[in-house]
Amino acid sequence: MGMNMKTKLRNYHAVCWDEPIIYELDRNGERAIIVPEVDKKIIESVGDGISSIPKSMRRKNLPQLPALSQPQVLRHYLHLSQENLGVDLNIDIGQGTCTMKYSPKINEQFANSEKITEMHPYQDESTSQGLLEIMYKTEQLFKEISGLDRFSLHPGGGAHGIYTISSIIQAYHKSRGEEGKRNEIITTIFSHPADAAAPRVKGYKIIIIYPDENGCPDIEALKKVVSEHTAALLITNPEDTGIYNSKIAEFTKIVHNFGGLCGYDQANANGLLGITRAKEANFDLSFFNLHKTFSSPHGCGGPGSGIVGVTNKLAKFLPVPVVSYDKGNNKYFLDYNSSDSIGKVKDFYGVIPVILKAYAWTMSLGAEGLREVSNVAVLNNNYTMKKILELRGVSMAFPEHKHRIEQVRYSWEKLAKETGINTENIQRRIFDFGTHYWTSHEPWLIPDPFTIEPSESYSKDDIDEFIAILGQIVKEAYEDPKKLKNAPYKSSVHHIDHDVFDDPSKWAITWRAYKKKYNGYFQPK
Amino acid sequence: MYKIGLIVNPIAGMGGRVGLKGTDGREILQKAKSLGAISLSPKRTSAALEPLSVIQGKLKLMTCPGDMGENEMISCGFVSDIINGIKSKETTFADTQKAARIIRDRGVDLLLFAGGDGTARDIYIAIGTTLPVIGIPTGVKIHSAVFASSPSKAGELSLLYLQKKIHQLREAEVMDIDEQAFRNGIIKARLFGYLKIPYERRHIQGGKLGSSPSEEIIHKAIAEDIVESMDNDFFYIIGPGTTTRAIMQRLGLGYTLLGVDVVYKKEVIGLDLGESELLKLINRGKAKLIITPIGGQGYIFGRGNQPLSPQVIRKVKRDNIIIIATYNKIVSLKGAPLLVDTGDLSLDRELNGYMQIVTNYHERTAYRVKF
Ligand SMILES: Cc1ncc(COP(=O)(O)O)c(C=O)c1O
Repeated sequence: MGMNMKTKLRNYHAVCWDEPIIYELDRNGERAIIVPEVDKKIIESVGDGISSIPKSMRRKNLPQLPALSQPQVLRHYLHLSQENLGVDLNIDIGQGTCTMKYSPKINEQFANSEKITEMHPYQDESTSQGLLEIMYKTEQLFKEISGLDRFSLHPGGGAHGIYTISSIIQAYHKSRGEEGKRNEIITTIFSHPADAAAPRVKGYKIIIIYPDENGCPDIEALKKVVSEHTAALLITNPEDTGIYNSKIAEFTKIVHNFGGLCGYDQANANGLLGITRAKEANFDLSFFNLHKTFSSPHGCGGPGSGIVGVTNKLAKFLPVPVVSYDKGNNKYFLDYNSSDSIGKVKDFYGVIPVILKAYAWTMSLGAEGLREVSNVAVLNNNYTMKKILELRGVSMAFPEHKHRIEQVRYSWEKLAKETGINTENIQRRIFDFGTHYWTSHEPWLIPDPFTIEPSESYSKDDIDEFIAILGQIVKEAYEDPKKLKNAPYKSSVHHIDHDVFDDPSKWAITWRAYKKKYNGYFQPK
Repeated sequence: MYKIGLIVNPIAGMGGRVGLKGTDGREILQKAKSLGAISLSPKRTSAALEPLSVIQGKLKLMTCPGDMGENEMISCGFVSDIINGIKSKETTFADTQKAARIIRDRGVDLLLFAGGDGTARDIYIAIGTTLPVIGIPTGVKIHSAVFASSPSKAGELSLLYLQKKIHQLREAEVMDIDEQAFRNGIIKARLFGYLKIPYERRHIQGGKLGSSPSEEIIHKAIAEDIVESMDNDFFYIIGPGTTTRAIMQRLGLGYTLLGVDVVYKKEVIGLDLGESELLKLINRGKAKLIITPIGGQGYIFGRGNQPLSPQVIRKVKRDNIIIIATYNKIVSLKGAPLLVDTGDLSLDRELNGYMQIVTNYHERTAYRVKF
């Protein structure tokens, strides 16, 4: 029997390196690697590699990159990595809607194997049959998981998947001569914000549906806004609240009746695998985030992959190439044969390491295993919910929904009223215990929100430990709110000033902008 | 040095404790006192000053004598300049207005005032938007958006602003409540004007919303949407508010913030019009009506826009009503529907249902309207 981490919280302290920006570490003249001069004989036979570039295109000055020695570069990035709280370092269940589930390390080993890393996208198909087979079979797996007919593995993330879906929707209506008329996309306020943002980039007008009193998207509102201008419905289900919209088949029917398409955001599918499918709810398109749900970390830990599936009638619009199989010759090949394709959404064929990990993960689990993933994710979440709701000052959005899928949106409204401590205070304090939580997407319809998603990969003890930390913070809120307000005390960074995010004059996205606006190391000019 | 002014309305909140809903008018005050009312202002003001103690050495404070600020400063251990020309007892709204002007003229970075809607109104009358202010809620009626959500939040917000951790200012509504009606249990708030407050997402009453960038950017985006789709065949009746104002600014036109203006072919053809003038105009052609709900309470008709009478609304027709609002505003309704109270029940019934609110550029939110 190990130590009881629920009663003995960690005495954690983060590393703080006070690390400058790499440009500020520049030591003129130092070098990490000295590249040897090219052998004369090589130059004689193939040229110097530069004089063949037109003169007007050659740079006149050397790039202003920082000059550092190899150990210095190594130290810099290790320092930064130590100031991180990643999925392998903490109980990462505070990332609701972003499922930082555990991704088995063996899958990373596959992806890091030379057999993958040494491949080149331009190498001949005859030499990449193994990888093409994996891509082809991955598609077959997802056809089964979703019930849809064809997939594109190209998109490099969820929002990118939604962008691809929007492009297909546009191409479909164009093919029917309705492009100009169908200029509206309907989504819901508790769907992921990217479901509104990505189609907007394609020029669509967005119509947002609010929840009804029970927390489900208001079907009456849908009936009012759907029209011959509706290009599609793009919707998450379950929504950010963790509530499953059980009228979803009615939603798709209403939209289809008006000639619109229906796209399903299944970025977080780990409460649904083997239980519901896009097909049965009559969706025409869908995407999955392989990162998050299928054994790759999300975000900066990526890279990601938001693969897109469609029904037969939309298959001709998918980006090219798809991977097809020539049965006669027993050969997999990159299939560019599509006159109606929306074209390229990304270079080459997809994010191969992520696709490989998803394939390995799915194959290792099998159909039964996938279903078990969902059962455990839902069980973990409903257990977590029960425990969190026992804490003082906490409530959840739309409490009449007693059962949630894979996550829950909670509120500290009562705690804030009683103690003055809000969700951001708690967000800062929780760092002092070596973990973190995310508040919620904006706008905050639920006051002082936070969203917890335990996923299938944490044990009961892990969950209990996380909740014990929340419990400790709640206790402090009632007993010593002042202390809480000044938190964190043990984190790498004390307090990030959010106001500057709204102020473009403070942004410094390039080194040049930084030099202009700051006097070195975050000292405003 | 950080310079702050403080004005306390010493009688704010006294009525509430004895069930009187407000203390406007001498009679009511006497009644409140005779019922044993004690002022909540000193305690609440002190709670607001508390968070500022961490920068005490760098503070230059200015306040009014006695009950109107000096006492609170002393009880918190702050040293402050006391302005001349204000009585120290039995003060009235005139003293509030006068003090605000004096403090503004002497120059401060921020003015804190403690009171309720009536106090906010006085501050607005005296100094308008010439100075950033923060309201410390101590009164009974807090419908104006210029108040922090609690006294200590007022102090925290001041601290953030003075330390330049927040930079943005926004205009927040000063509401004018009909006290007589209020005492009879009816809330009739009218938009009275605007004060300029530091904008931090979670510190203002009803504004606890973690919203998108700045209000101003969204206002501009909404205005862009509206202007892009303007039709030269229509008169555009523009209701009051800062959200609608952005449209006039986008068109480079003059406007009235609290009145109803009319635009035709992207030119102003009337400012601050009354009902009969509006009717005269729309009888000449088709019209669209652009309105924004009042923050925190959600009325689109029946509060603060009297010229938009039932006849005007009928003439315009439901389909030509364009509602615009930022998500800040929608969230402040806490899920409650938009409200109409036109004074004409059958019209209210027709307006009932769903309407689309323009919430951003090329973005609409379907929302319920009730009467
Ligand atoms: C439901 C949902 N949709 C879309 C996305 C967008 O995915 P990505 O972050 O990969 O762009 C996410 C994740 O952040 C999500 O949770």
